Amino acid sequence: MTNAAGPVIELADVQQTFVSSDGTPVHALEGVSLAIGRHEFVSIIGPSGCGKSTILRLIAGLLRPSAGRVAIFDLQVIEPRDEIGMVFQKPTLLPWLNVLDNVTFPMKHKYGTVDAKDRERALELLALVGLKDFMAKRPDELSGGMQQRVAIARSLLHDPEILLMDEPFSALDALTRDEMSFELLRIWRERPKTVVFVTHSIPEALLLSDRIVVMSARPARVSEIIEVPLERPRSFETLSNPRLHELANAIREKVFSRKLAA
Amino acid sequence: MHKWLDRAAPVLTFISILAIWETLCRLLAVPSFLLPTPSAIVIAAFAVDIGQWWAHLAATLEVTLIGFVVSILVSVPIAIALTNSRFLSRTLLPLLVVVQSTPIVAVAPIIVVTLGAGLLPRVVITFLITLFPLVISTATGLQATPPELIELSRSLRASRAREYWQIRLPFAVPYIFSALKVGITLSVIGAVIAEFVAAEKGLGYMILFSTSSFKVPQAFAALAILVTASLLLFQLVVQLQRRFFLWSIPASR
Ligand SMILES: Nc1ncnc2c1ncn2[C@@H]1O[C@H](COP(=O)(O)OP(=O)(O)OP(=O)(O)O)[C@@H](O)[C@H]1O
Ligand SMILES: [Mg+2]
Repeated sequence: MTNAAGPVIELADVQQTFVSSDGTPVHALEGVSLAIGRHEFVSIIGPSGCGKSTILRLIAGLLRPSAGRVAIFDLQVIEPRDEIGMVFQKPTLLPWLNVLDNVTFPMKHKYGTVDAKDRERALELLALVGLKDFMAKRPDELSGGMQQRVAIARSLLHDPEILLMDEPFSALDALTRDEMSFELLRIWRERPKTVVFVTHSIPEALLLSDRIVVMSARPARVSEIIEVPLERPRSFETLSNPRLHELANAIREKVFSRKLAA
Repeated sequence: MHKWLDRAAPVLTFISILAIWETLCRLLAVPSFLLPTPSAIVIAAFAVDIGQWWAHLAATLEVTLIGFVVSILVSVPIAIALTNSRFLSRTLLPLLVVVQSTPIVAVAPIIVVTLGAGLLPRVVITFLITLFPLVISTATGLQATPPELIELSRSLRASRAREYWQIRLPFAVPYIFSALKVGITLSVIGAVIAEFVAAEKGLGYMILFSTSSFKVPQAFAALAILVTASLLLFQLVVQLQRRFFLWSIPASR
């Protein structure tokens, strides 16, 4: 698209201060700088409450930074933009709509109507996430993993350039979680996107990402950016690759020793 | 056999209670102005012309339903206003609490004096008694919407109207229906209170009139019809939810 060589997402010295309910300021982010390239898969890990979701909200344009600059395609983000798809920790589907209508919901919500082309695209996406046979079912007839797949299909409906995922698999059991990771890798291969993926799991971040952004505790900064040297395509074998475990230990050590030093 | 018994249990219980009631009243020779026997109540019911019963029932239902519907129509916008604006929730909510804390029975005569003796004061009384639970439940439902969906809505830059119409209000449906179930029975109570205060027809009026002329069995007959009507209205709400909002009933599919 515009400026193919430059970063798709750029945060430059971003600060975010909230006012908590008792009136005291909460410094969530302090000088976060980050550049993410086209079709890159970047994970963000860090202690709970350090501001990972805040970063996603800033990129999504749901929040304006207190200071610094957030840009997409070199354009400052001042409101939510169409290039973005979002997946949340919980699937948050609409219980009164069937699976197909849930996937087309963004169109219905944004434009008021859903046309045949949207529906066709939704069916394609349902096939992509392996749920075509479930299109007429209600969300509560689906397992947690299946619901999250529907949510992923929903986020891809308008073919966004950027996919923001906030701990999308953390509500799932360990087995489903691995399965979903491979599913996501397959989807990402078939429909390349720039992905920002928040997780608490170091192995998950290693399995999925090109780079891992490690955040420090609040007020959060980027404490380290780690290139993941595991070759692609990654598969089930990658999980048992000793390299992955070495890397995971190294990251854990870094995060932990910094905590002890602090 | 067990299943059959399970189904018939409420009916059997009801019949047994009537039988025990009848027997005890006869054995202990309870005077009918204290507690009439079920048979005396039935006889008293048939002593009154059926057309007259219908007229009283229709009058009560009219007040109940108009008050109920007006209450629904008013409560939803108020609930939206409460959810939407801190200022409104700080000004409107205390007002509602005051209305709710005022015993309606005490205010009813004043309302009748102010608004005259027609349908209007009766509807207002019914409306006031039903409003609060409806507003509170609807507002709770509107706020129970998962915040992620609100963010989704914002990220799509959808209008506020669509946010409410397509996300928040449907999410409030289960809450609204539990309030409607309470509300419909409250509406019946409101209608009866209104008829106690000022009316020349209606089941509430019939009870008052019958007791004042010592026709206790007839009062009981009116009461029985009132309770039946109230139960049927409640069932109507339940069935409406079943029919149109099945998804909002958790354990039934
Ligand atoms: N709207 C807000 N108002 C006040 N404080 C907020 C707001 N949003 C976030 N915060 C605070 O900012 C900090 C970062 O929040 P954020 O949700 O981004 O953390 P997180 O890294 O996603 O945490 P978790 O891993 O638990 O999801 C937290 O301390 C939180 O309390
Ligand atoms: Mg978070």
